[in-house]
Amino acid sequence: MSELRVKISGFGGQGIILSAFILGKAASIYDRQHSSMTQAYGPEARGGACSSQVVISSDNVEYPLVDTADVLIAMSQEGYDTFLPILKKNGVLLYDADLVEKVQSHKDYIAKAIPATRLAEELGKKIVANIVMLGFATKHAKIASPEAMQEAIADSVPSKFIDLNMKAFQAGYDYNEEQE
Amino acid sequence: MFKKSRLIGEFFMQGDIACAEGAIAAGCRFFGGYPITPASEIAERMAMRLPLLQGVFIQYEDEIASIAGILGASWAGAKSMTATSGPGISLMTENIGLGMMMEAPCVVVNVQRGGPSTGLPTSWGQSDMMQARWGSHGDYGSISLVPNSPQEFFDLTVTAFNFSEKYRLPVFIMADALVGHMTEKVVIPPVEELEIINRKYTNKKPEDYLPYDYGKDLIPDFAKAGDGYRYHTTGLTHDKRGYPDMTFECQNELVPRLVNKIKNHIDDISLTEEYDIEGADVIVISYGITSRTVLPAITMAKKKGIKIGYLRLKTVWPFPEEKIRKLSEKVAGFVVPEMNLGQISLEVERCAHNDSIVKLVPHPGGGIHKFEDVLHAIEEVAHGK
Repeated sequence: MSELRVKISGFGGQGIILSAFILGKAASIYDRQHSSMTQAYGPEARGGACSSQVVISSDNVEYPLVDTADVLIAMSQEGYDTFLPILKKNGVLLYDADLVEKVQSHKDYIAKAIPATRLAEELGKKIVANIVMLGFATKHAKIASPEAMQEAIADSVPSKFIDLNMKAFQAGYDYNEEQE
Repeated sequence: MFKKSRLIGEFFMQGDIACAEGAIAAGCRFFGGYPITPASEIAERMAMRLPLLQGVFIQYEDEIASIAGILGASWAGAKSMTATSGPGISLMTENIGLGMMMEAPCVVVNVQRGGPSTGLPTSWGQSDMMQARWGSHGDYGSISLVPNSPQEFFDLTVTAFNFSEKYRLPVFIMADALVGHMTEKVVIPPVEELEIINRKYTNKKPEDYLPYDYGKDLIPDFAKAGDGYRYHTTGLTHDKRGYPDMTFECQNELVPRLVNKIKNHIDDISLTEEYDIEGADVIVISYGITSRTVLPAITMAKKKGIKIGYLRLKTVWPFPEEKIRKLSEKVAGFVVPEMNLGQISLEVERCAHNDSIVKLVPHPGGGIHKFEDVLHAIEEVAHGK
């Protein structure tokens, strides 16, 4: 049985929960795996700490939570600080380079940064930063196949924004750190 | 998005939404409610879906009106539902008793969060289990179903409607915030492949019909509104005509019947799942999301050589008394992890043989059980402590 546990963190309004939904859907509906997505947020509609998690497995997902993560996606400093301790040895950390400024030096895991929010702004809408990040994670953490992710994005966002979201996904997928 | 009246196929779907879709598949066409985390998504989905299905969605001024509304809709012949969380159930409790007394089929969903009072709005709990059984005053039989996944939230919502129609009472679905807000693959079959039970209408002529007359199954037949039958109902103790009759004799016929119509059918209503029960020394009894979060501890106990079995209650009320009694004769004891400070464990204690140990693993809500706590309890029971 192969299993991948992914934690996505940030603040309310960034699409943290939608990201996990798209990932879970890509895995379970289009990659024909099993997946379970859960979420945690405070009473605030926007701005509060927010996290979501996806367990992807070749088998039925029995235990649905992510106590230790194979992949951590951090879209805020608080998200990074809170969840770094649960990242497994040799796990993958992906973070927004502009929003997570204080990063510890490390040897135990692979870390990759992308200015997801800035790239999204360049595409015209800050709101697709989460999709940029999903593209980046698809490339560097192999969370799902790119085809499955694109299908899941296409039927999870409003139809008039599909193009924008596809561009965002591609921007994240193609991004390399030397670009900076 | 919802051009088709029914969804059929595979969906990556949230538990709450699966519940709404289960209700629609079961034939629910009236929803009355008031939004509350973590149950709001059920109302939201019903608000989008029901108008396209010639159904009715009403957001009432509060939960008291919501439950009154679904009782009325039930009486008019509709399959009706409301969905709320602990604070809402507390407000609905009086009229849930009215539903029990009138014998009005309907479904009441409680997506449990941490309590008491407003407690933990966005977090998890299972602390309303006894409220579902004993919340409203007076004696009555009741049914509570507890799902542990979005798929099961769909399936058990269909079952809840079936039980409510068959046994004529408000049926509880006791989900929790984790299952309600969890998203997994949900398979929705064509309605023709689902077992759908509808209320029984009388075949008597209007002049021979009594609304609360009953046969061996203790369940009265309905008459269709508008078909010319005389009908009377009340929350007061009533005779077979539905007229108030506040005598001991009438009370003694009516109230035991409300209890026995459920008790006598426990074999039909009680849904459980068992693993490795045969030859087990320790049996973990759990329900809802806890049945999944304690699995790592069970796997570890098995690795350590403990003969461990596992009983999951999909129906918590009526409680499977006989099953627990029989199991207790063969095992060292039971471990009962629940996200409250001891509710269903009390039922296990009540039913278990004197020589068997019953160990509660409590949790106040707002998180899940620690692996070590559950494992420790299993080891203690295995060693006869």
